[in-house]
Amino acid sequence: MAQTRTPLMDERAVRRALSRMAREIVERAAGTGRLVLMGIHRRGDEIAALLGEEIRKAEGTPPPIGSLDITLYRDDLAVIGPRPVVGESRLPAGGIDGQVVVIVDDVLYTGRTIRAALDELMDWGRPTRIYLCVLVDRGSAARELPIQPDSVGRTVELSHGKRVDVLVPELDGQLAVEIVGIEPPVEDT
Amino acid sequence: MSRLVSDLGKDLVGLEPLSANQIRTVLDTAEPFKEISERPIKKVPVLRGKTIVNLFFEPSTRTRVSFEFAEKRLSADTVNVTAAGSSVVKGETLVDTARNMEAMRIDMVVMRHIASGAARFLAERIPSNVINAGDGWHEHPTQGLLDLLTIRDHKGRIEGTRVCIVGDILHSRVARSNIYGLLKLGAEVGVCGPPTLLPVGIQELGVQVFRRVEEAIEWADVLNVLRLQLERMQSGFVPSLREYNRFYGVSSARLERAREDLLILHPGPINRGVEMDSDVADGPRSVILNQVTNGVAVRMAVLYLLAGGTPETAESAKHAAES
Repeated sequence: MAQTRTPLMDERAVRRALSRMAREIVERAAGTGRLVLMGIHRRGDEIAALLGEEIRKAEGTPPPIGSLDITLYRDDLAVIGPRPVVGESRLPAGGIDGQVVVIVDDVLYTGRTIRAALDELMDWGRPTRIYLCVLVDRGSAARELPIQPDSVGRTVELSHGKRVDVLVPELDGQLAVEIVGIEPPVEDT
Repeated sequence: MSRLVSDLGKDLVGLEPLSANQIRTVLDTAEPFKEISERPIKKVPVLRGKTIVNLFFEPSTRTRVSFEFAEKRLSADTVNVTAAGSSVVKGETLVDTARNMEAMRIDMVVMRHIASGAARFLAERIPSNVINAGDGWHEHPTQGLLDLLTIRDHKGRIEGTRVCIVGDILHSRVARSNIYGLLKLGAEVGVCGPPTLLPVGIQELGVQVFRRVEEAIEWADVLNVLRLQLERMQSGFVPSLREYNRFYGVSSARLERAREDLLILHPGPINRGVEMDSDVADGPRSVILNQVTNGVAVRMAVLYLLAGGTPETAESAKHAAES
């Protein structure tokens, strides 16, 4: 099966979006005093690090950053058969009790990952407020749960067969967003 | 997201049937589980709704409690059955006990049994996942795995590490699981103990035999000191506990010839002053309590991996249920 890759955002577009999102987050949290970023493993981690850097540039101090691996909170473990690899979750220094927590992920689609992340956060403590920040939102029509983002880089409506890939320097050697379409094999006539 | 297949199969009977990769999968999976026990709320919902029976036909505190913590921290429902006070004393067979449990719709059995091979025997007869928590002199795989994890934590690797198991090798399921696991992961393995407590032909497994504990201590990067069971004296394998301590006891004086970074493990419970002196057990080289902590993480990893199953074993489990 052939894959088609269409660029959605290049590096400059991603950086512009991140810098705007950083300002939005700081404004909503009324400063960086109690602000904590929690990236969702794996690419959400990378986006959280970039976002933290933007916040440091604008405000002078970087927010504490933690990491969530939601594997053990997935709602489909019973049906997917063999176990997926579990990653490590990491609480930021100072914890999340009484903090303003921003969940950061690369792509928001069905909302199930965020449901799992919320459950995991609640097992760790009691934040005063949780926001959701994603680089790409696939639109509310794609959602399977009543979950909406507070800050979004780009919204794009796509059919189910399409996938959004966020490429990050740490893992992919570049910063960009691409739409991946899987085309059905062409019949030989 | 990449999804590696955990191919442990349906049961964990021992480390002998596992491949090096399967053992590594368990150790790698145990890493993230360590963190869960450090949380204020030590619970994740991954085994929610699963029922696990801990079937202990032999007394055990550490292993049973460790399994129970692992199960509860993964949100499973657990029931403990011990031989004393159960239908076993009324003459029920092992398979009948297990089948009755299954009739109440369970998902997993963790079993400690006095007979070698009991875990495999049960695993072949019931569709539930069976985890061996020690069967006779055969294997104690989760103990072997937690020892491997503890060595890897402290030495950074297992390959090339020299590990000597000291004590009663003959009657020890811990020794056997350690030997299989260590050799598969590329460690050099030695054993040391009184000739009466060394199995004949143990060299054929690929281990080196040390007659004197002093030589073993000089050779090793890691000492895994086994408990000398008091019954062994009564059955004449060693003349007396004092004599055992004089010839094989790990003491500070003997450790003067050891490497600076020698690591000391013990599966517990310790007989202080017999196989190991108190100042060694509590000394800087001892990682005995780290082993206990790792035990919970390793058992969580095993439960997690087995509960996932593989398509093939799910199929064969169905067959077993029908036949």
